[in-house]
Amino acid sequence: MIFLSQIINGLQIGSIYALVALGYSMVYGIVKLLNFAHGDIIMVGSYVLWFGLSRLGLAPWLSVIISITVCSALGMLIEKVAYKPLRNSPKISLLITAIGVSYLLQNLSQLIFTPNPRMLPNFFPGYVSIGGAQFAVVTIVTIAVSVVIMIGLSVMVKNTKMGKAMRAVSENSDVAQLMGINVNNTISFTFALGSGLVAVASVLYCCSYSQIEPTMGSMLGIKAFVAAVLGGIGSLPGAMLGGIIIGIFESLTKAYISSQLADAVVFGILIIVLLIRPSGILGKSIREKV
Amino acid sequence: MKKRLIAVILAVAMVFTLASCKKADSGNIKIGLITPMTGEVAVYGMAVKNAVELYINAFNDAGGIDGRKIDLIVYDDKGDATESVNAYQKLVTSDEVVAIIGAVTSTPTLAVMQASVSDNIPMITPTATHPDVTSYGKNAFRACYTDDVQAISCANFAKTGLEAKTAAIIYGSEDPYSTGLKEVFEAKCEENGIQIVAVEGYSASDVDYKSQLTNIIAKKPEVLFVPDYYNTVYTVAKQARELGYEGEFLGVDGVDGVLAIEGADVSYLDGLYFSNHYATDTDSQAVKDFIDAFQKKYNEVPNALAALGYDAADILVQAVALAVADGVKMEAGKECYQAIIDKIATIKLDGVTGNITFDADHNTQKTCTIITVINGEYKSIGSY
Repeated sequence: MIFLSQIINGLQIGSIYALVALGYSMVYGIVKLLNFAHGDIIMVGSYVLWFGLSRLGLAPWLSVIISITVCSALGMLIEKVAYKPLRNSPKISLLITAIGVSYLLQNLSQLIFTPNPRMLPNFFPGYVSIGGAQFAVVTIVTIAVSVVIMIGLSVMVKNTKMGKAMRAVSENSDVAQLMGINVNNTISFTFALGSGLVAVASVLYCCSYSQIEPTMGSMLGIKAFVAAVLGGIGSLPGAMLGGIIIGIFESLTKAYISSQLADAVVFGILIIVLLIRPSGILGKSIREKV
Repeated sequence: MKKRLIAVILAVAMVFTLASCKKADSGNIKIGLITPMTGEVAVYGMAVKNAVELYINAFNDAGGIDGRKIDLIVYDDKGDATESVNAYQKLVTSDEVVAIIGAVTSTPTLAVMQASVSDNIPMITPTATHPDVTSYGKNAFRACYTDDVQAISCANFAKTGLEAKTAAIIYGSEDPYSTGLKEVFEAKCEENGIQIVAVEGYSASDVDYKSQLTNIIAKKPEVLFVPDYYNTVYTVAKQARELGYEGEFLGVDGVDGVLAIEGADVSYLDGLYFSNHYATDTDSQAVKDFIDAFQKKYNEVPNALAALGYDAADILVQAVALAVADGVKMEAGKECYQAIIDKIATIKLDGVTGNITFDADHNTQKTCTIITVINGEYKSIGSY
């Protein structure tokens, strides 16, 4: 029974990692960029949510919508301002720009909101008892929302026009352009979608862990990145699988081995996977075209 | 001839410089304060800063030391050891203060106290309860009790106040404050016949305690000891209640301020007890005067950290006044430092947080007040 509870705990944090990892994977798939500012969008989402709720006194649903909108817009803005001018430069320049954007967001938020932690209320209070173990409603909501989003995203990428455009750009953006696909719009859309998913993750995160601060996104972002690489970067089902594996391993390590080893285990898994299967669990090994 | 003239002029100039040194001694006296004004423990830092300023402003308004005022120089350490040592270096080398109040939380204070040994500058921490704070040199004092005292009080309260048979502990395994308290509490519980059914640790960056709490709740402890600061205690209490924990929470002085968290849901804090340095609902005149003055100025009830900050400022300023009365020159340097240290050791204060005298190790011996949270308000329930 305890073991089941620990799995559920792992699924909860794993679902949040998975939502963030989806954005990493989509962006990498399309522009081959490791967007390290992605983790910090979760911080922006949380602060927008907090600002809407406690400073403007808005209803929770309205604050959530505003948070998603602001994050999506910010994702597009970052792409337009920081990444687009560098699209044809060496990949290392893009990577360093991404790290710069990440620090910019963190320090801006320290300046605007001060480094003091803030508390957010839980939108889904209450508990459910299942077979003797008690689960918070927010845990169930987190897992359910993540599952729905993942299914929705898969359907969208497979069946809609925009999804097809995304896949085409990710395979070969030059050819996609020749086929009449607007590459710039597709890339903007991908950034907006990824950042919007992070905003959803930030809402779920705030409901469970309540405390937000300007640097909250950095560790979370790195773990989500590990999840994306573990599952196979560029692969959407891989990002989901990676997030959940990381979450469950983290929870089980804390519960049965040692809480101090949890991070070591997470990064240890990454090293092992990279040694055995460099393209990740569900990643395709693609040879660089010459 | 010309050379001789220059020599004479220089000699005269030197005499004047010396004289101006003498003159400076009648000026204001500089005291430093290192406190976290931003970051995780800002609520503590601001409380200490407000209380120290309250005391020193009142002291200056009443005439200071024979008309000489106290200048307080404040630096923010964000509760971080490196920042704290930087602040210390600035106070000693560029501001040339004669004594320092600080730091506030245990981890930065340990760092600052170690850095201060070679300078031998008088240091008094209002609030750092870690046993080692005063162990490095003879220049360090504290206005609060040590962690050993409060961990023992908590264990005694668990036995006689809560009549618990079983207890569990969740603590920050990288934090000296938390681990020190955990060890003493564990030992004292064993002595008191309370069975410790589970001990779980977490690391500093953790926000998810559910794995550890799930293990703890499965052992059904009557009391959960959480030796950490208010933000963590709040998050632990919230997650424990969500996982179905029904016992009591027991915390230490770090819990003070938990009701000041913006946006906190106080219903998670029902059944929370913690040891503290003073209670606001007492009959003592000193406490009442302090609360009145503090409320008038800052429009809030002072927490225990504020009370300790006030007492620490009181002790230090009195010691400086005694040193001045003995004719000690108030300029930063070994002699001035040592004179103030000697005076602090002799101080006997009937302060806001009780009677304070220093033992040979420069610690105070006081009793702990146990406080509980009921419907979002603190209520003291006696000394243990």
